[in-house]
Amino acid sequence: MSRAEDQQKKASARNGWLLSAPALALLIFAAAGPLLIMVAYSFMVKGDYGNVKWGFSWDGWVGILFERDIFDGTLRLASAHLVIFLRSVKLSLLTTIIVFGFGFPTAWFIATRNPRARAIWLFLITIPFWTNLLVRTFAIGEILRTEGLINTLLLRLGIIDAPLQMLYNEGAVLVGMAYVYLPLMVLPLFAAIEQFDMKLLEAAYDLYASRFKVLWHVILPIVRPGIIAGSILVFVPSLGAYVTPRVLGGGKNMMIGNFIELQFGQGRNWPLGAALSMTLLVIVSIALLFYVRAINRGAKGGGHG
Amino acid sequence: MTERAAVTAESVYKVFGQGAHAVHALENVSLSIQQGEFFTLLGPSGCGKTTLLRLIAGFEMPSGGHILLDGQDVTDLPPNKRPVNTVFQSYALFPHLSVRQNVGFALKMQGRPKAEIDGRTEQMMALVKLESMADRKVAQLSGGQQQRVALARALAPQPKVLLLDEPLSALDLKLRKEMQVELKRLQTETGITFVFVTHDQEEALTMSDRIGVMSAGKLQQVASPRDIYTAPVNRFVANFIGETNLLPVTAAKGGYQLGCGVIVSADGNGSTLSIRPEQIRVADSKAKGAIEARVTNLVYFGTDVHAHLELGDGAKMVARLPLPPGGDTGLMRGSNICVDFVPGAARLIGE
Repeated sequence: MSRAEDQQKKASARNGWLLSAPALALLIFAAAGPLLIMVAYSFMVKGDYGNVKWGFSWDGWVGILFERDIFDGTLRLASAHLVIFLRSVKLSLLTTIIVFGFGFPTAWFIATRNPRARAIWLFLITIPFWTNLLVRTFAIGEILRTEGLINTLLLRLGIIDAPLQMLYNEGAVLVGMAYVYLPLMVLPLFAAIEQFDMKLLEAAYDLYASRFKVLWHVILPIVRPGIIAGSILVFVPSLGAYVTPRVLGGGKNMMIGNFIELQFGQGRNWPLGAALSMTLLVIVSIALLFYVRAINRGAKGGGHG
Repeated sequence: MTERAAVTAESVYKVFGQGAHAVHALENVSLSIQQGEFFTLLGPSGCGKTTLLRLIAGFEMPSGGHILLDGQDVTDLPPNKRPVNTVFQSYALFPHLSVRQNVGFALKMQGRPKAEIDGRTEQMMALVKLESMADRKVAQLSGGQQQRVALARALAPQPKVLLLDEPLSALDLKLRKEMQVELKRLQTETGITFVFVTHDQEEALTMSDRIGVMSAGKLQQVASPRDIYTAPVNRFVANFIGETNLLPVTAAKGGYQLGCGVIVSADGNGSTLSIRPEQIRVADSKAKGAIEARVTNLVYFGTDVHAHLELGDGAKMVARLPLPPGGDTGLMRGSNICVDFVPGAARLIGE
């Protein structure tokens, strides 16, 4: 390598670092910093009026699954906590499945339009992102509540005699989350389907595959990276959902996000809240690990590389 | 013994679009392809040959008429219910499956027992000489190898008819020649009826038992390669297959009179005479039917020389003259020579 080339290479490396420095600084202080504070808090002693006191304690982590008896101090499995964890995972999985059920046909429809119509449909799909999440969630509540749109309509038509209780239950949370996260499923699915060679449909159909078998043996395996990406994009934020279960689920249908908030608020147990946050992070990391592995397997299997 | 035709098209019409924008892709096409035949649909792009193939496969439904396979009306059957398979121009191999899984796909879809699928898949991969590639992904194969997978995949379920949509067009010349021989061998070995679509006249002439020449949504002529070449029925076929000289003629005593006055003999009906360049030879000026011509250009081709000729009435012809061992025909640009036609070679054609 000549001296000039060498210098040029060094200069380009230096410029690279300089240009990314603001982003790196922001990441370190704004992302890694709070995370480290959370880790520290989770090992401290809880203060009497919230906050934390100096001193090492496992109480925050133990409190995730167990609760201490007020009288004799023995540990008991905290079944209420387990119910919240299971509900969170269950609702997140159901949301992912429901959103895939609606999102796949939607993405297919958009991807098979002509390029001009495609741009318009994608634009329409992203419109809800422009409005505040809280406002949209309250709007869903307006539709579902006892004096809401659906009940009023059904009563007027004489289909029901008394209003249906549709708000403040897990069903309402599901409806809200499915609505909020639908675009996150549609967009990666659209990207995958857009790459799909439609000739393969004719080939499979020609080779005696029924319509269902074409879907199962050709379309779904080939657009799998899109399905996985969309599922992760929906599952991860669903797991940490806070606004939707709070507004549509009422107090009874808490999810992990609300539970964490409770510890930092009324619960006045910051170490437990911090430990719960870390637990959520671990669950999400495991989900992402699964995603990376599935993608790698897909890349080897798909043979596009 | 009367054998049922493998494929029959009965007055098939296909119209795309509606009203003023309607495109008539096929107009009243009737065709009968025999069992075990290598049949080629030949024509320029947009002539309707691929549309006809897609109608046979079931990807398109005819606007009118019927499609019969092995005597059975399949006009309303979807592709997965028709005993035909297609080799696509782009191959359309499944990227998520290995060579073996691609080849075995149709059998799996038909729900055949695993032992049968494995056996036939091995057999098919051997037939196209791809055993060593069985577990590779299709993206790891070369164009020629992908072509073989596409063939094996379509042949595996033992279709009554194999449809091939310009399968060789993506290959380079050398590979294309090899695959032409290969395709012919596969067709002979399997005995399956092949319907081959191409715009390459040489491909059509070398491989086919019969050729259907298409233009503007109509079948122009259906005949053996030899008959298509030597006895084209109209101007389009004569022009499209090989090179030819077309000269207007009028009926006269003892034959047909060319514009320059010379009377020649010719077979067929029509008012245009078609003569292939290689059927024109240098003649003695006193010979009967000798035509005087001026050499306007000479193009050297190695094996022969193309002499561009101008006749007395201004009509133009191209003659392909063989080169003697020394390579010199003695012709010169601007010189006057006499030529005549090989007896029986001139043919009258309609419009």
